[in-house]
Amino acid sequence: MISATLLGQSVLSGLFSGCLYALLGLGLTLSWRYLRIINLAHFALIFLAAYIAYWMNSAYGFHPLLTCLAMIPAFFALGVAQQLLFIRFKVGEFASVIVTFGLTIIVESLIQWIWSADFVRMETHLARGSLEIGKLLAPWDELFMCAVAISVCVATWACLNFTWLGKALRASLDNPDIAASFGVPNRALALLVSGAAASFAAIGGVFVALLYTLTPSSIYSWFGVVLATVLLGGLGSPLGAIAAGLLIGVGEAMTMAVVAPSWAPIAPFTLLILILVLWPERI
Amino acid sequence: MTAAAPTQTSRRAAPLGFALALIALAALPLAHPPPFFESFLYLIFFWIALSTSWTILSGFTGYVSFGHGAFYGVGMYAMADLGPRLPLWLALPVAGALAAALGVVIGAIVFRVRRLRGELFALLTLALAIVLATVVLNTPIDGGPGVFLNGVVPPQIYKSPSSTIYLMGGVVAIGAMALAWHIQSAKLGRGLFAISDDEDVAEVLGVPTFGYKIAAIAISSAIAGVMGAVHALFISYVTVGETFSITTPLYVLLMAVLGGARHWAGPAIGAIFITALSYSFVGGDFALAARAAIGLTLVLATLFLPDGVVGLILKSWRSRHAAPAPEAAAPEAREAMPRPDPARFDWAAKPLVAARGVSLAFRGVQALDGVDLDIREGEILGLVGPNGSGKSTLINVLSGLYMPDAGEVRFGGHEIARASGHARARLGVARTFQIPRPFARVSVLDNVMVPAMFGAGGLDATAARARAMEALAFVGLDGRADALPATLNLHQRKFLELARALASDARLIMLDEVLAGLTPREIANAIDMVRRIHARGATILFVEHNMRAVLELTDRLIVLNQGRLIADGAPRAVMDDPAVIAAYLGAPDAAH
Repeated sequence: MISATLLGQSVLSGLFSGCLYALLGLGLTLSWRYLRIINLAHFALIFLAAYIAYWMNSAYGFHPLLTCLAMIPAFFALGVAQQLLFIRFKVGEFASVIVTFGLTIIVESLIQWIWSADFVRMETHLARGSLEIGKLLAPWDELFMCAVAISVCVATWACLNFTWLGKALRASLDNPDIAASFGVPNRALALLVSGAAASFAAIGGVFVALLYTLTPSSIYSWFGVVLATVLLGGLGSPLGAIAAGLLIGVGEAMTMAVVAPSWAPIAPFTLLILILVLWPERI
Repeated sequence: MTAAAPTQTSRRAAPLGFALALIALAALPLAHPPPFFESFLYLIFFWIALSTSWTILSGFTGYVSFGHGAFYGVGMYAMADLGPRLPLWLALPVAGALAAALGVVIGAIVFRVRRLRGELFALLTLALAIVLATVVLNTPIDGGPGVFLNGVVPPQIYKSPSSTIYLMGGVVAIGAMALAWHIQSAKLGRGLFAISDDEDVAEVLGVPTFGYKIAAIAISSAIAGVMGAVHALFISYVTVGETFSITTPLYVLLMAVLGGARHWAGPAIGAIFITALSYSFVGGDFALAARAAIGLTLVLATLFLPDGVVGLILKSWRSRHAAPAPEAAAPEAREAMPRPDPARFDWAAKPLVAARGVSLAFRGVQALDGVDLDIREGEILGLVGPNGSGKSTLINVLSGLYMPDAGEVRFGGHEIARASGHARARLGVARTFQIPRPFARVSVLDNVMVPAMFGAGGLDATAARARAMEALAFVGLDGRADALPATLNLHQRKFLELARALASDARLIMLDEVLAGLTPREIANAIDMVRRIHARGATILFVEHNMRAVLELTDRLIVLNQGRLIADGAPRAVMDDPAVIAAYLGAPDAAH
């Protein structure tokens, strides 16, 4: 039987991963719901941001948060450019999977060409040490990541639900032509969503670099768990993403603690499949 | 000519081509080619088999699978595990069956979901590889170090195991292509193409969409499984990392999309091209460049060649052999119009449809509220009501697009309230859509052949073609049989809807606002058409806002308001009913 401390520590680390899943999934869920684009290239952008943060820090000593601030507008522009391409070629939902998969491979090759396929690790912390809660340890870096993830998600949720922008987006999604005749700028909105999603990728990427060892091919290892988070949380729902992320994160951590670490990848998909079987209309 | 209907020439030439390819394949080792040549050809066969199997599912139905790495992985580990214990001739089909079983389970889970089926399918198939990799890694199937296939000795044809494996790969690849070719021209293929264009319409026209998708995924994953089993013999050392890597399904998808995913020959063309390309780029930096090039090809091919190389070839072939530009004139009815027979109107006739207490709510809005309705055999029943009164919902419930929350519907003695759309189509229920919903990527003729084959008539392809041409001639569209629906104007597309309903040999035809959006002259033409369809012996439910047309055509009129039936009787009398007038003019208590 495992100890209460170990179990508590697992739940805690599950909550941390859950927040990261939500942060990484946020841009994805927005573009899927509001742009009908399944943007697999989101993962490539996350890794591009992670590598840039690592490189700026190890080569020039830039603080990762500074790099993050600089990257947000740059990535916004990348997102806008991608959406312009999709609008120009009228890329539909299915085609978007293929195109963005292709873009991901290109970015992965680019990363490997610049930074090689070796494992790299950013040797910097935002704050050393951990917060001690009784016998449990919560590293400051991860706590900070959770705070950012939750604030970004909640801010996005508020923006979608309590501002003109959110209303316009929903109108544009429901019927773009009628929305346009009421003065909703569909195209500008689409570019805004795509740009914002890419900016979230930049933020997420910096935390991936802070918390994980990087290698180009590990882009793909995030696909499953983040897509599961997005679908479980409900498309376009930032708060849903947090709830689903936490559920999956804790599920994974419990599987690791109770069964074996190597079984953990199954947890999110078991949840997803169970939900599909039990409540097929949930999603 | 469309993707769904190979020409007569290809129907005869293709089997001959497959047979010749098999003979050439079998004869090659006799010429003692250098060893690398056989393994190079084997790799081409390997990718042909996988990408062709992908296209049978994803290209034909539109459900993108990222799971072909998982299906072929099942085959690989089945061979690694069962190969030493079972004879080869048994291990191969078992590998295929295991992969098919997995595919069917995934299909059964996802295809039940109504919304986002496509996305969920892509996601679950993507997840499949991860889940399988975890299971294989953590169980004695592999356990981590990988599995050697030393214990499996393939029979030595031409005195060399590598020749045998090359032959097996060739047989699977050519077999897969032959199967894809056959499916494309068979009834299954027509159903799958209809599903990929508009699944709901396919279902109400009689295509058993769930069963067909399950069949497609079973066939597709079985081919991938068998090819995986052969591949395990080829590489003779199976590891989790290699088997379930994300690149396998990626390459499969790329090859099919590049070659043309909606044609049986497309994936093979893409597979040959990409395999040859990556073979000439082996080694160090080139491998990375090749990978980036593949990504770029994927992007450019999707943007510029949405139908792949085959699509491009077919398009240029068609434009060279096309008839002179077709005229855009309105279809003219050609048959002499029979006069309606006044004696057909019979209040005592047995009801063809008897609906009792049909209710349906959407998120609190009561769209139908306890509707009782009879449609008598042989009548034209008018159904009117203000916008949002539930007319289209009623048609959707009767045709099986929606299931009612409560109530019963009997059709000619069968209880159909909870029957699937295709089951109702087979019994003789047909409908048109207010906004025409043709299958966009197949010809007008193929559009009409779908209900002829899958509807109440259930005809074979030859008879269905004749039946469809007859229906097209009836509505005056026979001159446009080979055109794509996008080239038709609204009037013609509405008549295409009518032709589809006609070709199904339905007993009940539900017409949902066929006159909406037409010019006065086109309306006269359409009214005439409805009369002639009725005179051929169909019972008609006629939903319309145009009151002149309703009075002119219908024998009896019912009125829906806020989901309730508020009037039923002779058209004139119903129109004068104060409750009906109030409903249209918006008096507050009209429904009560």
